[in-house]
Amino acid sequence: MHLEFSKQEELFREEVSSWLSKNLKGRFKSVVGRGGSGDQTELLDERVEWEKHMGTSGWTCIGWPKEFGGRNASINEQVIFYEEYTKAGGPGRIGHIGETLAGPTIISFGSKEQQERFLPKIRLGEEYWCQGYSEPSAGSDLSSVRTKAELVKGKWKINGQKIWTSLAKESDWIFVLCRTSKKSSGRDGLSYILVNMSQPGISIQPIKQITGQSEFNEVFFDNAEAEEDHVVGEVGNGWKVAMGTLGFERGTSTLGQQMAFEQEFNTILKIAKDNGSSEIPSIKNQLSEAWIGLRIMRFNALRMLSNSSDGLLSKEAMLSKLYWATWHRNLGKLAMDVLGMESEIGDKLPYDLTFLQKMFLFTRSDTIYAGTNQIQRNIISERALGMPKEPRGDNKT
Amino acid sequence: MEFAFTEEQEILRDTANSFLEDFSDSQSIRKAMESELGFDPALWKRMANEMGWLGILVPENYGGLGLSWVELVALMEQMGKNLLCSPFHPTVCLGVSCILDAGNEEQKSTFLPQIVAGDLIVTLACLESSGSWLLKGIETTFKKNGEEYCLSGVKRFIPYGHSSDLIIVAAKDEDNANSEDLSLFLVRSDHPNISIQQLVTMDQTRPQAELKLSNLKLSKSNLLGKEGDGWEVLKKVRSLGALGIAADQVGGAQKCLDMTCKYVLEREQFGRKIGSFQSIKHRLADMMVLVESARSSVYYASCLVKEENHKLEEATSIAKSYCSEAYFKCASDSIQLHGGVGFTWEFDVHLYFKRAKSSEVAFGSPQIHKDKIANFLGI
Repeated sequence: MHLEFSKQEELFREEVSSWLSKNLKGRFKSVVGRGGSGDQTELLDERVEWEKHMGTSGWTCIGWPKEFGGRNASINEQVIFYEEYTKAGGPGRIGHIGETLAGPTIISFGSKEQQERFLPKIRLGEEYWCQGYSEPSAGSDLSSVRTKAELVKGKWKINGQKIWTSLAKESDWIFVLCRTSKKSSGRDGLSYILVNMSQPGISIQPIKQITGQSEFNEVFFDNAEAEEDHVVGEVGNGWKVAMGTLGFERGTSTLGQQMAFEQEFNTILKIAKDNGSSEIPSIKNQLSEAWIGLRIMRFNALRMLSNSSDGLLSKEAMLSKLYWATWHRNLGKLAMDVLGMESEIGDKLPYDLTFLQKMFLFTRSDTIYAGTNQIQRNIISERALGMPKEPRGDNKT
Repeated sequence: MEFAFTEEQEILRDTANSFLEDFSDSQSIRKAMESELGFDPALWKRMANEMGWLGILVPENYGGLGLSWVELVALMEQMGKNLLCSPFHPTVCLGVSCILDAGNEEQKSTFLPQIVAGDLIVTLACLESSGSWLLKGIETTFKKNGEEYCLSGVKRFIPYGHSSDLIIVAAKDEDNANSEDLSLFLVRSDHPNISIQQLVTMDQTRPQAELKLSNLKLSKSNLLGKEGDGWEVLKKVRSLGALGIAADQVGGAQKCLDMTCKYVLEREQFGRKIGSFQSIKHRLADMMVLVESARSSVYYASCLVKEENHKLEEATSIAKSYCSEAYFKCASDSIQLHGGVGFTWEFDVHLYFKRAKSSEVAFGSPQIHKDKIANFLGI
């Protein structure tokens, strides 16, 4: 057990940080530090240019195998990359859904044709992806999706609706979990289909959220079309492919995320010192607890990453979402407590809120999306602690 | 970066667990905690000779294993898990650490081999009536007459004080009592001019004693480290002591979770195992988050023992405050989820609950460590 990175890894860190500092300036100066939560849909043209620049320079998809254009970077190297990226103020990635979800799924389950067609464009920042999983009646219970695809004259005709889709307008493609067998229910008869977003059969409706902004969308499919051979894995095998996608997120970006949390914490700490609220015992205590919580989040992540070399989700990984979401939601509340009366006052009329106000409101979604805290607790107690599974209700979809 | 045990470290941990499962079972724990010494001397000898545990930190040239704190926390986690009654923490975490840090060659070569062999039980007498780990909490003084030191004062909260052979006593110079000068003395427990009184402790697995010194005369050879340099030694040992307790807490919290999982899969009410209720499952999930996070904090701090003191202090404060709260929560929830039987003397849950409470206040309460963290943050 040791905490130091190897010499080779430290050389890699130097390479990353020097590339970032040489490139995150000039025409890319405007994107530094932008595009995080609450800022996701800002400066899109500039950020797309940045994605392309990273892609052609070989700094996207570094964890992918070499045969697909990646660097086959180790877990430690990926961790180092995300840490340096966050430290340098690298902008929120538009390409992350392609890089971390669609790409690895196509690498694992896709055909050779699909790999050749899709992977280079993801890597070079030429095509962007969004996710088509959740539906109005399929939230926590993803297996109750109703969107249907039917094969008509060599094309899939897709009808239904997806919801909570980030970056829908900015994306060229969507991967859709849908029913391809008429009588199927639950996890059977689902397929994972790649669908082009620019077609008349697809319409996008932004959802105005708690902050007054729109980062999520509804995506409607009205006889939308997809190529017959754009099913990933086999027809009817979509559940397995979709679950595989979720397993690819090994948490290498966690340490980068934590650095962003640390920057937020430091902002709040500074305000508390400046406005004197840090002298209020309860605030002082909460700041101390927040820092302890953040450090332990890092220690947990280091253990998770060190134990993940077998490629399976370790038990530490099961805890990670519940832990960080709860911590971050509490930090949002602490930010408001530190601000006191000022916490009510925003930036500009009619409803332009401050960064911390947006963070406070946005963090209420942390404990809901990608598995609510309640679902996470079910998963932990069932898979890690061996408790009985929740019974399913009788309503079949 | 490899934040996981090596194969050798895993073997040490697993061997410790199976040894302790055999020799620190419920019956042995109860027998030891009710005995006069508070531990089983035969088991202590086996821990020394068969397992080599008492020499875990002692360098090989003094007969020890010369291992690091990473191995030590792996071992102490298992001791906490199996609720071992033994003066291991005071002897190794406190005694060996003090002697290694401050002892001269003669003291090292005299005492360390005896400790390794299981022939010398050591403890630390630092705290007094205030229970404070701050310098101002120490009122015991010494008066120097030529080469002779004369100590007076009352020490409390001494772990295994009544069954130790050698006691490290912290005292201030009577003529200079307000300065930061503090000295450490090695005192034999059979010295005629001291009186040691065992105290009743709510947690019977961690006995404590009170020590009265009235004009105890010592010579220069009793001094541990240079005169006046004791505070620096104690500050470091305070961090290490907290880390040792935290490792014990991780094991204890883990066992509370394990016992509770087992129980809720056996107990049936309303025609189903109570472990199938979400209200129970969710509490167990929260316990697991606490246990694993507590474990990460201890492992991390154990890697920093050789670093500069402020880094170690921050990491041990994080570990001690988090592990204390985690253990107490897990032990409390364990009683709650066991229902009525959790309240009985017969089930072991109360032993863990009491150890959670005693270890929470030992080496700084969570609040004290949170205040230290706030201090590090500049607030």
